[in-house]
Amino acid sequence: MTRDLFEIMTSNAEAGPGDAGRTGSWRVERPVIDLARCTPAKRGKAACHLCWLYCPDGVISKDLEPEILLEYCKGCGICAEECPTQAIRMVAEAEFVEE
Amino acid sequence: MNTIESGNVAAAMAVKLARAEVIAAYPITPQTPLTEKLSEMIDRGELDAEYVAVESEHSALAVCIGAASAGVRPFTATSANGLLYMSEQVHWAAGARLPLVMCVVNRGVGAPWTVWNDHQDAISQRDAGWIQLFVKDHQEIMDTTLKAFRLAEEVSIPVMVCYDGYYLSHTYMPFDAPEQERVDRFLPPFHYAHTLDPSHPENLNSVTMPDTRTDVHGETAPSYMDIRHNLHREMVQAIDRLEAIDAAFRELFGRGGHPLMEPWRCDDAEFVIVAMGTLANQFRDVVERLREQDGIRAGVLAIHLYRPFPNDRVQAALAGVRGVLVYEKALSYGNQGPLYGDVRSALYDCEPRPAVENFIVGLGGAGIRTGELYRTARQACLEIGRQETPDDAPHWVGLGV
Repeated sequence: MTRDLFEIMTSNAEAGPGDAGRTGSWRVERPVIDLARCTPAKRGKAACHLCWLYCPDGVISKDLEPEILLEYCKGCGICAEECPTQAIRMVAEAEFVEE
Repeated sequence: MNTIESGNVAAAMAVKLARAEVIAAYPITPQTPLTEKLSEMIDRGELDAEYVAVESEHSALAVCIGAASAGVRPFTATSANGLLYMSEQVHWAAGARLPLVMCVVNRGVGAPWTVWNDHQDAISQRDAGWIQLFVKDHQEIMDTTLKAFRLAEEVSIPVMVCYDGYYLSHTYMPFDAPEQERVDRFLPPFHYAHTLDPSHPENLNSVTMPDTRTDVHGETAPSYMDIRHNLHREMVQAIDRLEAIDAAFRELFGRGGHPLMEPWRCDDAEFVIVAMGTLANQFRDVVERLREQDGIRAGVLAIHLYRPFPNDRVQAALAGVRGVLVYEKALSYGNQGPLYGDVRSALYDCEPRPAVENFIVGLGGAGIRTGELYRTARQACLEIGRQETPDDAPHWVGLGV
């Protein structure tokens, strides 16, 4: 049976960085972490990391000083919403452009 | 094995012979006896399948989409408002290129409520990207359903097998149910090109961009429009594939030969009536009478494959005739019958171009009397090309008030 005439084109994405390109360009607000309020950074222990857990795009590192990969962060703000110590603030991208 | 049963049971027997592995359906008249029969077959251990009782038609097709994605052969069936309730998933299944088969037991669409037959339900899903086949009798329900599974799986496009509610679903006719062993030779095990594989996880039908995008490997991934263009192109290719499958079926079972359309007494015809479903069979009596009583050389062309529409074959079948009368049980409100529009468009390049007339009949099961079909067809044959276009064109046959 020949199926070669039929390409059967669909949109299937494998797990990995940047399937839809550099989605950081979609961002309107940028999450900024205040390490002075961030639990693992403050205590020097692998604790909390709720931002890492909740980030739907997996762009926050599980480090003592969490880092946000701005190349792909879409700026949804879930990390800021979930952070129990309000260490993450959403700042308008326009402010960074003005800098 | 020769048997006498209802059209719904013929469909259920075909689904059993096709060894469907997941059945998900929600009851709706006149489809209900089909999926009831399948649940009985599963209960008695005659069919090794999972029956998923769902809360709606939308869920029924969603379950079939899940089953096909997981690599097993699904089946569902519906009618009228049930088909419309699953419409979002109907479009999804086509875009995802899932090889599904669904029987649509044709019924008029509410409001007002009707449980009786017309073709508006299937026609409303005409542009969803499914292959649509219309059949005329119980044997065709059986054979076309078997061919539909193979077609869907070879071209990876979902297929609707459409048959007239009550006219076929609830009437009894003799038909042959082929042996399981020969069906197994005709229909290989289920195949889907993008089956879910836990060792190679993928996000299926993920969001596309207006333009191409770069995937995780840095390669160019197609845009929405690329994917939709591919669906269209391969649907057109499915016409040849259906002919090849029909030829293979004919070799094994000795039946078939008219997978796209079936001409009857068209060889010397000056006038050809075009129709779909049981209406095409009813017109055989009309054609006999036109030939015997009036000396009008008429024929009837039953369209089996409605989407993809076999434009060049329709053109070849009708080129050279004087008049074409398209009778149909559906309407594009405010314009004309959809089949009429398709036939007329297929004939546009013919030289000379046949005159084409459009008749709407049998909406919501309105009685279709053979005598009335004869009178309207006879008048159209005598006056074709000279008829005045009515204010509410097309012509309506069978209005009560």
